[in-house]
Amino acid sequence: MSQIMNPPSSSRIKVRPATEREGRKDYITIKDYGFWYGQKKALDAISLDIPERQVVAFIGPSGCGKSTLLRNLNRMNDLIDDIRHEGDITINGRSIYDPGLEVISLRRRVGMVFQKSNPFPKSVFENVVYALRVVGVRDRAVLEEACETSLRKAALWDEVKDRLDDSALGLSGGQMQRLCIARAIANRPEILLMDEPCSALDPIATGKIEELIHELKDQFTIVIVTHSMQQAARVSDRTAFFYLGKQIEYDTTEKIFMNPSQAQTEAYISGRFG
Amino acid sequence: MASSSDSSTPRGEAWVWFTGLGLIIGLGMVIGLLSLVFVNGITVFWAPPVPVAQVDDGRTIIGQLAQRRIRAGSPADQPRYELQYQVGLRELNGNSYLWVDETKIKAEAFPADVLGLERVEHGPAFVRPQSLRKSDGKVVLITDSAFESALQAEVSAAAEVREKFEEITRHRIGDVNHEMDDARVALRRAEDLKLADEIAVRRRQIEGLEERFVILKAEAQKIVNGGAVALLDTKDAAGREVVIPLTQIVRAWFPNRLDTWGRTQLFASRLGEFIFDEPREANTEGGLMPAIFGTLVMTVFMSLMVTPFGVITAIYLREYAQKGPILRIVRISVNNLAGVPSIVFGVFGLGFFVYVLGGSIDQLFFSDQLKYNNNTPVFGTGGLLWCSLTLALMTLPVVIVATEEALSAVPRGMREASLATGASKWQTIRDILLPASAPGILTGVILAMARGAGEVAPLMLVGVVKLAPTLPFDGTAPFLHMDRKFMHLGFHVYDLGFQSPDSDAARPMVFATTLLLIVLIVFLNLGAITIRNRLRARFKGASF
Repeated sequence: MSQIMNPPSSSRIKVRPATEREGRKDYITIKDYGFWYGQKKALDAISLDIPERQVVAFIGPSGCGKSTLLRNLNRMNDLIDDIRHEGDITINGRSIYDPGLEVISLRRRVGMVFQKSNPFPKSVFENVVYALRVVGVRDRAVLEEACETSLRKAALWDEVKDRLDDSALGLSGGQMQRLCIARAIANRPEILLMDEPCSALDPIATGKIEELIHELKDQFTIVIVTHSMQQAARVSDRTAFFYLGKQIEYDTTEKIFMNPSQAQTEAYISGRFG
Repeated sequence: MASSSDSSTPRGEAWVWFTGLGLIIGLGMVIGLLSLVFVNGITVFWAPPVPVAQVDDGRTIIGQLAQRRIRAGSPADQPRYELQYQVGLRELNGNSYLWVDETKIKAEAFPADVLGLERVEHGPAFVRPQSLRKSDGKVVLITDSAFESALQAEVSAAAEVREKFEEITRHRIGDVNHEMDDARVALRRAEDLKLADEIAVRRRQIEGLEERFVILKAEAQKIVNGGAVALLDTKDAAGREVVIPLTQIVRAWFPNRLDTWGRTQLFASRLGEFIFDEPREANTEGGLMPAIFGTLVMTVFMSLMVTPFGVITAIYLREYAQKGPILRIVRISVNNLAGVPSIVFGVFGLGFFVYVLGGSIDQLFFSDQLKYNNNTPVFGTGGLLWCSLTLALMTLPVVIVATEEALSAVPRGMREASLATGASKWQTIRDILLPASAPGILTGVILAMARGAGEVAPLMLVGVVKLAPTLPFDGTAPFLHMDRKFMHLGFHVYDLGFQSPDSDAARPMVFATTLLLIVLIVFLNLGAITIRNRLRARFKGASF
């Protein structure tokens, strides 16, 4: 019992104190959700609720379906042929599969940051305001204002304010990833999905991105997929552990790391498998 | 056993040599072909010394050595050569070229007074001048030191007169004729519809034009008479007296007196004429400007037409079409279209573009022209537009395939990033995919241009001619005449090589024209490659 209370490796993991975690309404609701790539079932009976303006981390070994679930929240998996789902996902009470809901307007409300930074081969400015351009904003003043706001939120403004017209491809890896975050939040989405945003970055850049996630939490609901236990513990309020397409455990981060109720969860976070 | 014990010997070495051999053979053939064309094409303009040769049958030959070859039927171990001289003076000798057995030449000398002449008619001439009767009546003898400068002065004076005459006869009288044709058509229409006012106006217009025509003709005559005729008294190889009016002479040079600088100047002058002037003498002399221009304009129009067509098709196939057997069949058909012989496209172009499309355009927009001008078609006959369209169709698969490849090579991350920000599919294609795949698309266009610019067979059916009276571009509205027939370098090569009445005279021009065609295509491609590299530099580092 004491071993469960104090898992050997989690003693190194610092868990943030549980403040203001309760009393928020559920914002994203996933109910009995299953998903197939062709004949292969990638997700099975997932049910979890994500509260508003909190950070939820998805953890689990490779191929457990955490990225698949994340990519279904803004229907990015629609790009793949031959897919099928069951159950439902609702955002703010409305199903994302509602035929009356355009997938474009869904994605405008659910921004996404990818594992590999993927800036467009355009200037820094054009990268940030891309989401505004696609909805037809032409007013230069509005675009400039949005660019500055987003870059400040992404903690990149001071580094790039003098080279907004240079190609985004000249930035460093960490700057590119923060640029992608700025791009994702430029049109003020409600939810921000992050698919292993720090996996290609060094510790300093990773630290900056994690700081950023703390800042952004006040305005966005954030779902983050990560392979780093420490990162999940540092940034998230709630953590879901997946294994082989199944949801093993979903609880507050403190509970998952300090006192997991499932043996599999404990084994994974203590590094005994996965 | 030895081979298995020696494990350090790389396996497959023989194959590396084998593939290298393939490359060497390929390169060798390309380099051989290019240097053959280059050497033969460029030496056409070089003026070598001209010998005066004594043949043992008593004949004397003055002529430029053109070829040396083994006599047919001579034994292989002791080959006997025969020489071909370009002697010129076709009107006297019957033929400009002469074959002589090498062993029969007794003596050869290079006297300084041999004169080479390029003439407006009857090809070149090699003579020994005696005296020059200048247009002011004075006579300069060959022994006079001022002979050469006096001759050159008369040649340029004659060239000026000829130019003035050309200007009037070809351009100004041509314009009058053009207006006259239009007026006659309008008159016939007015008479048919019984429009009394219109008839009177048109009749007066035609009378005015006729007056202008008479005036211009008199002007031209005056120029011919006024430029008092200077004459050159010469003797040919046989000693016959030949009088050549200076108006006939385009260029005169003393081939045995020229130093290297003089030969270089002559070379540059001939090369300049070749590139910038119009053809003379059944295309065997003069320049190729109309053909260069025609090839260039046709290729550019073809590219302008094939690029949007191909790109739009490829976008549909790659991004929108439902995957399945139908798409597969369409893809296979597009790829096979690239293998259809070009003459088939020519036949299609003639049948569909010229007769169906062109015929309909004539019916709809030029019915007056058809009715009152002896059924002369405007678009219902071969022309620049139909040539460009036919070649665009022929090169379409190249652009489609290249564009599809380029679209599929755009990193998935870029596409996902755009869609994730809420961009629609079309916005993603327009703003992200097309700019990123532009270099790949341009590679396709370059390949299409290279194929289209050198194509001849289909063009012969849909609008290329041996000699076009006018360029497809001129000063009368609408300036660019897409309905006109035009000249093309590729067809020019064919025409010179196989349709020319004097194949010996045409032979050097075949090489020169081929060289020019190759150079033109190289320049077109270099232009496109420059654009592509600029685009590539813009997207450099865009790898994820």
